[in-house]
Amino acid sequence: MFAVVVLLTVLFLFLFWLANHFVFTQLDQISPPADVNVDTRTFAGAFMFGLALFATLFLGVVLAVFLTIGVVSGDAERGLLQPLVVRPVGRSTLLLSRFLGAAGVCVAYVLAVYFAAMLITGLTGHWWPDRLVWPGVELAFGVVIVIGLSLLGSVVLSSTANGIGVFMLFGAGLVAGLLGTIGHALNSHAVKHASTIAAWALPFEALYQDALRMITENASGLTGFLLQLGPFGGAYVHGWGIRVWSVGYLVAVLALTLWAFSRRNL
Amino acid sequence: MSRVPHALAVRGLRKRYGSVEALKGVDLVVGEGELVGLLGPNGAGKSTLVKIAAGLVRPSGGRAEIAGARAGTRAARAALGYLAELFRFPGWYTADEVLELHQRLAGSTGGAAERRRLLELVALDEAAKRRVDGMSKGMQQRLGIAQALVGEPRLLLLDEPTSALDPVGRRTIRLLLEELRGRGVSVLLNSHLLSEIELVCDRVAILLGGELVAAGTPAELSRPRGVELETDAGTQLVAGAARDDVPRLVATAVQDGRDVYGVRVLTSTLEDTYLEAVGGETD
Repeated sequence: MFAVVVLLTVLFLFLFWLANHFVFTQLDQISPPADVNVDTRTFAGAFMFGLALFATLFLGVVLAVFLTIGVVSGDAERGLLQPLVVRPVGRSTLLLSRFLGAAGVCVAYVLAVYFAAMLITGLTGHWWPDRLVWPGVELAFGVVIVIGLSLLGSVVLSSTANGIGVFMLFGAGLVAGLLGTIGHALNSHAVKHASTIAAWALPFEALYQDALRMITENASGLTGFLLQLGPFGGAYVHGWGIRVWSVGYLVAVLALTLWAFSRRNL
Repeated sequence: MSRVPHALAVRGLRKRYGSVEALKGVDLVVGEGELVGLLGPNGAGKSTLVKIAAGLVRPSGGRAEIAGARAGTRAARAALGYLAELFRFPGWYTADEVLELHQRLAGSTGGAAERRRLLELVALDEAAKRRVDGMSKGMQQRLGIAQALVGEPRLLLLDEPTSALDPVGRRTIRLLLEELRGRGVSVLLNSHLLSEIELVCDRVAILLGGELVAAGTPAELSRPRGVELETDAGTQLVAGAARDDVPRLVATAVQDGRDVYGVRVLTSTLEDTYLEAVGGETD
């Protein structure tokens, strides 16, 4: 399984480098009209790296889901879990170990892909994000939240239902983020409100949006405005509020998971 | 003087799955060093009872205690070894690594010596370095039993331990169970194989529809089926007669001028008792 993940990731990074190479080689040809004052290098770099952030989140979530999709229901159906949980070490320790194992693998993976993509964009296009480390940390923490949700799902749902459920939540989060961008572009209060609620309900999406915001947080003028409008635009729920909420959200999800697992018949 | 608690004590145990009542107030005790067989058709509640004792399933009512500790608690889990009916070990582990993992989970300090001893006990000493996915089902079953014995548990819960074994493998397990009993390990054995239970168990409990319908030693559960007298006039079955009637029956035959060549007291087998108890209900 890990060989497949490594192979596909290397393939993705190669294609990402290829895309960067062509975009930055042809930067002069994609210049905006002369009367529009846009920093094309920042514009292209932010778009390319924003795309990499999305891909990194997606790959990280795929890895997270497949590592945790059947931790309880799947392993119980296959008879892997029962010999372990009857041991004195107990259910909570076992589940937290699985969580930490999956989180360790996914955080390492997300950070590796994030920094690799940053190096590719920086070295190919000579563009670097405004914040180097925090966006990667937020992206990785977003994936850790998905791990928590997937573990909770594995306690109460079958593996297949859990996989479908987590990917639907992930998709809903992404759609809500795009909806927020559209809401701000149209200045629609209702759409913005719905997007804000979704961001707090699914904080992995808010963290992803905040990571996008931070890579161009110093961009100003028309460049900054256009980046805000784009699909990889800035966050409308951001800052320490959502970060603290995300930590509390994860703790609550894990507590609920442990409680549900302690009561589950195996 | 404090009394040593039973290895397993089940009192008024009930379990309901939705509208289905799997256990309807079962009482059962497994004493120190005792080997108790659990019988019953599919759906009788045997596996549910074993799973509640192992702490895998929460009871709806009643109580199950392992060595005096409520089932499912850390103290109860520390006192038991469990082999599930359906179990699997990670395929990339070797037999030795499986036991090492369970030693760590059980907090056993037995080390390599314990692992070697357990693998010898289940005749897998030659396969210590073999990976699980390269083992036959029977070998995995025996490894499962070795795993259940890690940490020298007071009570062993075995759910259909011989279901995947050939006759030789079953005999190995039977001998192993007898050895364990000799060492004072208590065993609750859930099995469909009546002959196996009859051979090794001190006591038998029969469950039907979530209720205990019969319990006792194999001898207590057997019923007299008469006495067979072999005389010069042929073989005669005296129905309803028991062992105590033999001297009288022989004396009567001799008085009647018969030559008596043999006498056989007939009792029901465990299979007869079981079929009687479950009322011919099939799986």
